[in-house]
Amino acid sequence: MSVALSIIVLAALLLIGLTVLRRRSPAVLRTIEAYDRLNRAVGLAVESGRRLHISLGRGNLFTARGGSALAGLAMLRRLSEQTSLSDRPPIVTSGDASLAILSQDTLQSGYRAAGAEEQYRFTTGRLTGLTPFSFAAGTMPAMHDENVSANVLIGDLGSESALLAEAADREDSELIATSDNLSAQSVFYATSRDPLIGEELFAAGAYVGAGASHEASLQTQDILRWLVILAILGGAVLKLLGFSFQ
Amino acid sequence: MRIFTAVFAIASGLIVLLGYFFPNQLEPLRLFLVDWAVIIAGMAVLVGVANLAFVQMEKIRTRQKNGSYSALLVLSLIVTFGLGLVFGPQHQIMRLAMDAVIFPVEASLMAILAVTLIYASIRLFRRRADAMTVLFLIVAVLFLLAIMPTPFGPIPGDWIVLEFAGMFSRGGARGLLIGVALGTLLTGLRVLFGIDRPYGGN
Repeated sequence: MSVALSIIVLAALLLIGLTVLRRRSPAVLRTIEAYDRLNRAVGLAVESGRRLHISLGRGNLFTARGGSALAGLAMLRRLSEQTSLSDRPPIVTSGDASLAILSQDTLQSGYRAAGAEEQYRFTTGRLTGLTPFSFAAGTMPAMHDENVSANVLIGDLGSESALLAEAADREDSELIATSDNLSAQSVFYATSRDPLIGEELFAAGAYVGAGASHEASLQTQDILRWLVILAILGGAVLKLLGFSFQ
Repeated sequence: MRIFTAVFAIASGLIVLLGYFFPNQLEPLRLFLVDWAVIIAGMAVLVGVANLAFVQMEKIRTRQKNGSYSALLVLSLIVTFGLGLVFGPQHQIMRLAMDAVIFPVEASLMAILAVTLIYASIRLFRRRADAMTVLFLIVAVLFLLAIMPTPFGPIPGDWIVLEFAGMFSRGGARGLLIGVALGTLLTGLRVLFGIDRPYGGN
């Protein structure tokens, strides 16, 4: 219990400290091809008069899967701000009712920040189904009928995401897909051009320019990951030397 | 109002989080807040379904493409909701709606999914022809051969695939899950500090 609390406190301190540091000097991030394509797709969607479709998956906020949903919402906030002045505003689909409501709220915040709140329509944030396959079945028509130029699938999705990836491919629209779910990650590895694996989902905010805190968050993740690696290696060595952890 | 929502959300989040570490002091308050959240989530489902109906009705009203499907969906929703209110969710008619409509449709989508995945794997080489793609497909095929039932019983040497390749895939999966857990932790902290405010206060 005290170890968990220590990790949280350490992560919090690192996040605050690095946020202050990143406000003074922005971080240099390595190139992730999928996020480069996303930034290009946002610009193209606005110019071509087509729209962006963002699917936030089925991450229930009352479970551990809620983390990916929150990361998706953070990215949505930034994307909605960037595309709110487009002729065709982005549409957001989700498979969880609470997430659908939060997506509407986030969309509205983005419009407000861009000074275009009157353009906001609550029907652009949609609940498309409450089970995995009904969510996929409800999302596919949106990808087909709404003049979508790029699809961003981010959040907790399962193997049903293959149907969404296939729908994007049929429409010849861009697909940027990432999930915290291992089944969905393997599906995206097979179906998307530049798959995003593992924690790359949580880098979304930093790569769409959501601010210093997102860059700091990414750096904190890197530091904690190295600490975990050192702890695993140290534990293995100690075990080899005969130390017991019981 | 925005400041109030942010303060309320941050305070609730902190109490729920600290409630796990200091159960003697904060457990009752944590459970009280979680109960509230469960009630709100229940209401959110109703709001979400209403949103779904509004979106479909908008499609019908503006005569969008495939509006007939939207009409069918709204009609089915009203009928099912009405029958559920009158007879209750355990009634035979409600079970029939599940057994005769929902389950077969989802099973059909599952079958389509299997075909879609095979098709995607075949096209993977066209999309990305590199060493990792070759490795990915070889491991996937070997795993399928090792776990699938055959008329002749288990394939000789299947345990080698399951043990050897399984060792790497289990290790890789754990690595990915640790990364995801760290990302989730940091995302949660950003919300807790009010840096990200998905509740409209940003």
